[in-house]
Amino acid sequence: MNKLQPNAKSASFAATNAVFIGRSIRHSLRNVESLLMAILLPVMLMLMFTYVFGGAIDPSGDYVNYVVPGIILLCAGFGSSSTAVDVATDMTNGIIDRFRTMPIRSLGVITGHVAASLARNLLATGIVIGVALLVGFRPAAGTLEWLGALGVIVLFILTFTWLFAAIGLVTGSPSSAGGYGFVLLFLPYLSSAFVPTSTMPAWLQGVANHQPITPVIETIRGLLTGTPVKEHVWWAIGWCAAILVIALVWSMLAFRRRGSGR
Amino acid sequence: MNACAIEVTGLRKSFGKRTVLNGLSLSVAKGTIFALLGPNGAGKTTLIHILSTLSDPDDGAARIEGYDVVSSRTAVRRSISLTGQFAAVDEVLTGRENLTMMCRLCGLSRGEARMRTAELLKRFALEEAADRRVKAYSGGMRRRLDLAVSLVVSRPVLFLDEPTTGLDTVSRRALWDTILGLKEQGITIFLTTQYLEEADQLADEIAVLSGGRIVATGTAETLKAQVGGEVVELRNRQDEVIRTIPTSGSVHDIRQTLNEIASSCPPDTRMVIRKPSMDDVFLALTTVEQKEVSHA
Ligand SMILES: Nc1ncnc2c1ncn2[C@@H]1O[C@H](COP(=O)(O)OP(=O)(O)OP(=O)(O)O)[C@@H](O)[C@H]1O
Ligand SMILES: [Mg+2]
Repeated sequence: MNKLQPNAKSASFAATNAVFIGRSIRHSLRNVESLLMAILLPVMLMLMFTYVFGGAIDPSGDYVNYVVPGIILLCAGFGSSSTAVDVATDMTNGIIDRFRTMPIRSLGVITGHVAASLARNLLATGIVIGVALLVGFRPAAGTLEWLGALGVIVLFILTFTWLFAAIGLVTGSPSSAGGYGFVLLFLPYLSSAFVPTSTMPAWLQGVANHQPITPVIETIRGLLTGTPVKEHVWWAIGWCAAILVIALVWSMLAFRRRGSGR
Repeated sequence: MNACAIEVTGLRKSFGKRTVLNGLSLSVAKGTIFALLGPNGAGKTTLIHILSTLSDPDDGAARIEGYDVVSSRTAVRRSISLTGQFAAVDEVLTGRENLTMMCRLCGLSRGEARMRTAELLKRFALEEAADRRVKAYSGGMRRRLDLAVSLVVSRPVLFLDEPTTGLDTVSRRALWDTILGLKEQGITIFLTTQYLEEADQLADEIAVLSGGRIVATGTAETLKAQVGGEVVELRNRQDEVIRTIPTSGSVHDIRQTLNEIASSCPPDTRMVIRKPSMDDVFLALTTVEQKEVSHA
């Protein structure tokens, strides 16, 4: 009978999160197609931009140095978008009900997906940088600049992953979550990722210069290749922090609402 | 100390204009098996969702082990375990991984989790499939895993929403034994079912839910007298039913019934002993109430 005491046991906060992170990482590793896509797509994009478009955009052959930061972000955006589908799948499958009736912080399910996305994306980023070095990327960064760039990349991945998690929470089904997520993936094309914004028509420059991707890219580019970073870094951090806070609050509200609205 | 494991008073819940629970009250004594019967859409799952803190009632109150399901959620969650109507297992993981994950979430150490997992795999005849992904499980295997998962730790109150739906006879019997074994341990079990036989075999108390309320309640015996045993039906010369008397169906009981009524019956009264199908009576019980509600 002593086994029936309520409050007898429940997992600690750290253990709960470790379990959920482990679960999401297993999910990522077993979803072979999407893991391959997350790694191959950016690599292919980079090869394409360097060898196919590169010559036309910048005949000097230096385009690879320009485009790498853009590819890194494109890859991070794409990689984190699958979080929307993962989260939506969990919310529509009965397992979330089980987690909710346990004395644990069940938001950990979402945190687990975010952590797995961060791991997946950092792996993909590492591979992209490796391939970039092979095809002629010559960064001018010292250790500090590398760390700075890594910090900005991590912040960017976290921001977009939480945003996609929120999208996964508010949309009713995995497929619509995928659809909404896709829209966000156009943002990098309307930024300084592939061509300087000064080459765009004036109205588009207005869009491109005032959206979050451009300062993030300029910051990474500046840190890695020595172009001026200027005020971009503050804009990058500001944009990411603002979106991150909004995405976090939005996720938590949506998570709670999905629970009691039945 | 409160002797009630579950106490529900005046519970109401609507979805839009549709009232599903309409002032429902019930109580379940500690350490007993309580079976809730009701037709599809009666609100069984809705009630279980409220009792297990998954959704909030519009009105009324429910207490589990003395804790209010709205204001003391965490305490309630520490006291319950739930197997929902639809399997709630992780399809991407293997059976073993599912169980280990839940053990860890319940605060077991790695070693304890490994042992408990092995124990449950054995008990639910899942050893062979343990390292296959759940995606490849059959419906019954999934169901068994789902049940195993909710028994990872012994909480005082266990909710089972149609636990045997989709199980074959062998697994069903095995599960009945498991449930009875849990009762031995002092666990209170609240289950819903579509099978009157199941309620009969297991439950200390049965309640019938219809029109958002409990329309009949009793022990297996008393309800069986109403719905399950032999019914003595008295008919007049025009073959109209003038009285039905439920009996247990035993020779003794029928004889006693006949003794009691023989003197007061008109001489041309005829008697039929028939076995009402449980479903018939259940249907009668549940449709009458629905009419009343729609008139109100
Ligand atoms: N989230 C919801 N939104 C709207 N209506 C709902 C919702 N959940 C349940 N209902 C309605 O409430 C009623 C009761 O549903 P519930 O699932 O509780 O029935 P049940 O007794 O469990 O039925 P079954 O035997 O089929 O499992 C149904 O009419 C259903 O359509
Ligand atoms: Mg149901």
